[in-house]
Amino acid sequence: MFFPSSEIEVVAILSEAKEPLSVAGGNTRVLAPSGSKIISTSKLSGVIDYEPGALTMIAKAGTPLSEIQKTLNSEGQCLAFDPYNWSRFINKKGSSTIGGVFAANVSGSSRLRVGAARDFLLGIRLVDGLGNIIQNGGRVMKNVTGYDLVKLFAGSWGTLGILTEVSFKVLPKPETEATIVIHGLNDQLALDAMIDATATPFDVSGLAHFPKQKETMIRVEGFENSVKYRVERLMEIFKQYREINTLDADKSMQVWRNISLLSSLKSNNDDLWRLSVKPTESTQIVQKTKFNDYFYDWGGGLIWGLASPNQDVREHVPAGYGHGTCLQTKSERIPMFHPYDGTISGIKEGIRKSFDPKQILNQYLVI
Amino acid sequence: MDIPLASTSRIEKKPELVEALKKVLPASSILEDKAETLAYECDALTAYRCPPMLVVLPETTAQVSEVLKLCHKMNIPVIPRGSGTSLAGGAMPSADSVVLGVSKMNSVLETDYRNRFIRVQSGLTNIGVTNAVEDNGYFYAPDPSSQLACAIAGNIGMNSGGAHCLKYGVTSNNLLGVKLVTMDGQILEIGGAAFDSNGLDLLSVVCGSEGQLGVVTEATLRILHKPEGALPVLIGFNSNEIAGQCVSNIIKAGILPVAIEFMDRPCIEATETFSCAGYPDCEALLIVEVEGSLDEIDEQIDKIMVIAKSLDPTDLRRAKDEEQANRIWLGRKSAFGAMGQIADYMCLDGTIPVNKLPYVLKCIGEMSKTYGLSVANVFHAGDGNMHPLILYDANKPGELTKCEEFGAEILRLCVEVGGCLTGEHGVGIEKRELMDYQFTADDIDAQLRIKDVFDSKWLLNPLKVFPLHHTEARRMAFNC
Ligand SMILES: Cc1cc2nc3c(=O)[nH]c(=O)nc-3n(C[C@H](O)[C@H](O)[C@H](O)COP(=O)(O)OP(=O)(O)OC[C@H]3O[C@@H](n4cnc5c(N)ncnc54)[C@H](O)[C@@H]3O)c2cc1C
Ligand SMILES: Cc1cc2nc3c(=O)[nH]c(=O)nc-3n(C[C@H](O)[C@H](O)[C@H](O)COP(=O)(O)OP(=O)(O)OC[C@H]3O[C@@H](n4cnc5c(N)ncnc54)[C@H](O)[C@@H]3O)c2cc1C
Repeated sequence: MFFPSSEIEVVAILSEAKEPLSVAGGNTRVLAPSGSKIISTSKLSGVIDYEPGALTMIAKAGTPLSEIQKTLNSEGQCLAFDPYNWSRFINKKGSSTIGGVFAANVSGSSRLRVGAARDFLLGIRLVDGLGNIIQNGGRVMKNVTGYDLVKLFAGSWGTLGILTEVSFKVLPKPETEATIVIHGLNDQLALDAMIDATATPFDVSGLAHFPKQKETMIRVEGFENSVKYRVERLMEIFKQYREINTLDADKSMQVWRNISLLSSLKSNNDDLWRLSVKPTESTQIVQKTKFNDYFYDWGGGLIWGLASPNQDVREHVPAGYGHGTCLQTKSERIPMFHPYDGTISGIKEGIRKSFDPKQILNQYLVI
Repeated sequence: MDIPLASTSRIEKKPELVEALKKVLPASSILEDKAETLAYECDALTAYRCPPMLVVLPETTAQVSEVLKLCHKMNIPVIPRGSGTSLAGGAMPSADSVVLGVSKMNSVLETDYRNRFIRVQSGLTNIGVTNAVEDNGYFYAPDPSSQLACAIAGNIGMNSGGAHCLKYGVTSNNLLGVKLVTMDGQILEIGGAAFDSNGLDLLSVVCGSEGQLGVVTEATLRILHKPEGALPVLIGFNSNEIAGQCVSNIIKAGILPVAIEFMDRPCIEATETFSCAGYPDCEALLIVEVEGSLDEIDEQIDKIMVIAKSLDPTDLRRAKDEEQANRIWLGRKSAFGAMGQIADYMCLDGTIPVNKLPYVLKCIGEMSKTYGLSVANVFHAGDGNMHPLILYDANKPGELTKCEEFGAEILRLCVEVGGCLTGEHGVGIEKRELMDYQFTADDIDAQLRIKDVFDSKWLLNPLKVFPLHHTEARRMAFNC
């Protein structure tokens, strides 16, 4: 196992590497097959620069997410895409790293309104598979100088290079929040309600539905009076539902924290699935998947599900309607990422080869 | 500006190419003679122009694919073009190239309010998108000032921004998918109606690739429900520093305005003479616009007023209704026109970290004296995207060159303080040679390798974005 403590050491390791290496951030999940050689970023740690007045931070890639969040918190700011954390499912301890979060493009419930992790990443430094140091983007919010490799690396899962430094946009924490809960709706009615909520000017920042509990959650965030006003207006829109109530800030925060930990899904031997789909198709897709348990986020655009082992539920996601990722499985037969069509795969493979011609990085991932 | 010599062997293939094109395109889609191609000799960077070999205006994706296949086979460079409003020379042709314009492909294909997207052909104008959904209460957020003319194709090519991007992001944050035809004629569907991309995010690298990776023929775009309303407040200050401080304090206070625009004294004076907007006599002014219901707007403007007052402003004007709002915006909206009345100008587009604003403005002021050319500053302050306008006289020999040198010095300064050469206009030919200042050879090589994957023969818009010495070997490989 390698623990480089500087970018130059990463360069040395990669330029000499002859065998495959698995890239690990905080190890909240080492996805790598057992026995593979690991290069960890845990010693590339620390916040380099933080400008609250410019809403930007630069940090080394191995900085624990918890440290980033603590620093931001002290200035009343946050990572607005509030990443999900489901380390509970694989019984791994440790803290995610900021590099791992961006490498996996992990975004939480707010994605509906503010965008994904990739939309917040402003600049990167990385070492490619040959040991070249490459910089792209920067620390400013608007930048169209050359190709955007920044977003390409967000969600590249360590297959193109090892991020050593990331610069990203942060946002002020909302002053307060509230959640409206509608009770008793079936999936289709809940989907309709969530879609109705997006068809308003009220800037809804979370839309989830729990089929077992038959609870549909609608969150708004912002300044106090504004939250109060928008809750009132939304309650008017949903007045045809008899069972409806509002959660205050504390309760609301608890609900969404639980969602980000996937608390409602009971961890067992099932495979954990994440489907990103066209919202209006979500209920149809779910019907076919036979999930043992599941819930919706992103107003139907995201489905979290537990399925009995060895079923590739992606066969139920028609082409053009989205894609699925298998996050946890004991089966070798289920690839993690959604297969894609031939022409595009040529381009993806070409890009991967151009950054890692020696085929060193995370070879076990077919992305 | 160094423009490489056109390849005569390519130009000699013109008759053969025209014959072949006639088999795949209607006659009205092929423009051959100089009078017809005149309008395609340049884009909005009018200082540079060159007649192309040919212009083609296909009507379908299948036709685009056929044209590209032919050019690929014959090794003829292709310059994708939307509406030609690029300020960076991104759509400027070379004499041995074919301009491929998508202006005939301008239909709306699908509007889906439940999933909040619209699918359009890429030749549709930016305003055309909002027009298509406005009656239902929706809008498309990226709004370049050129939105009446510029096409979605060019917006994707340049990853364009606009006044609202402080809150809503730029094109790449609002683009869900594209239909892309690669140089060898393959038609790819990238992205779509789902929130996230599957595996490697190819969409993000296509957006902003300045027509070098493929021709975009269709786009799926996020549409958003309109806010209840929006109103601005105007704040005047006695110095650029304090105005810069005010921007920072507003952002820190947790307020997220839709726009924060900044104008300095030269700009205020010029627009005042031109538009008579009644702007205050001050060193710097800010226009801050917030959205929501009337009460929500009040709540935010109250907070902004408190911040502004603590900085001793010379003027504070809060719009109470649409008419007052229009008055506040009048000067800002006519700023470019006002400058055009006074002189020829070059519009720069560097971005800097917001806290470096006062320092950079001071340096620009000093450079202005050294070069003997005036500069007016008007820009999107919330995200540090500057638009210094350098005034010059195109009829005076040598003045354009002097202006370009001055511009380059400002852009180098932007990079030095931690910013970049271009925030929304793109590199094109204009800033091509400055790329070495922002990037190392390895940084640039990583980008060239991406182009190799999409366009191995280097035929799509090959003379743009990268300093010519980096691309020469690649460009010459199929120059026959
Ligand atoms: C589709 C999806 C699936 C997920 N599956 C799981 C899961 O099964 N278990 C789990 O605990 N979390 C999972 N997550 C969450 C996500 O992995 C973590 O929240 C986050 O990536 C953890 O950071 P880490 O530092 O622990 O990264 P790691 O778990 O160590 O790594 C995550 C990925 O990023 C790469 N990576 C890490 N650091 C770098 C770097 N500096 N440069 C380049 N690449 C890097 C790794 O090679 C790996 O592919 C998933 C997220 C998504 C979006
Ligand atoms: C008065 C004025 C104001 C402006 N204001 C703004 C502003 O506020 N914000 C801003 O960001 N920009 C602004 N611009 C710049 C310009 O309008 C934008 O860059 C715009 O997006 C260009 O669109 P277009 O359709 O005119 O593209 P073109 O000029 O035709 O092309 C631009 C680039 O995109 C490529 N391209 C064109 N079509 C395709 C295609 N189908 N597939 C692939 N690549 C393609 C071209 O090759 C070229 O590199 C302004 C310009 C003017 C003249």
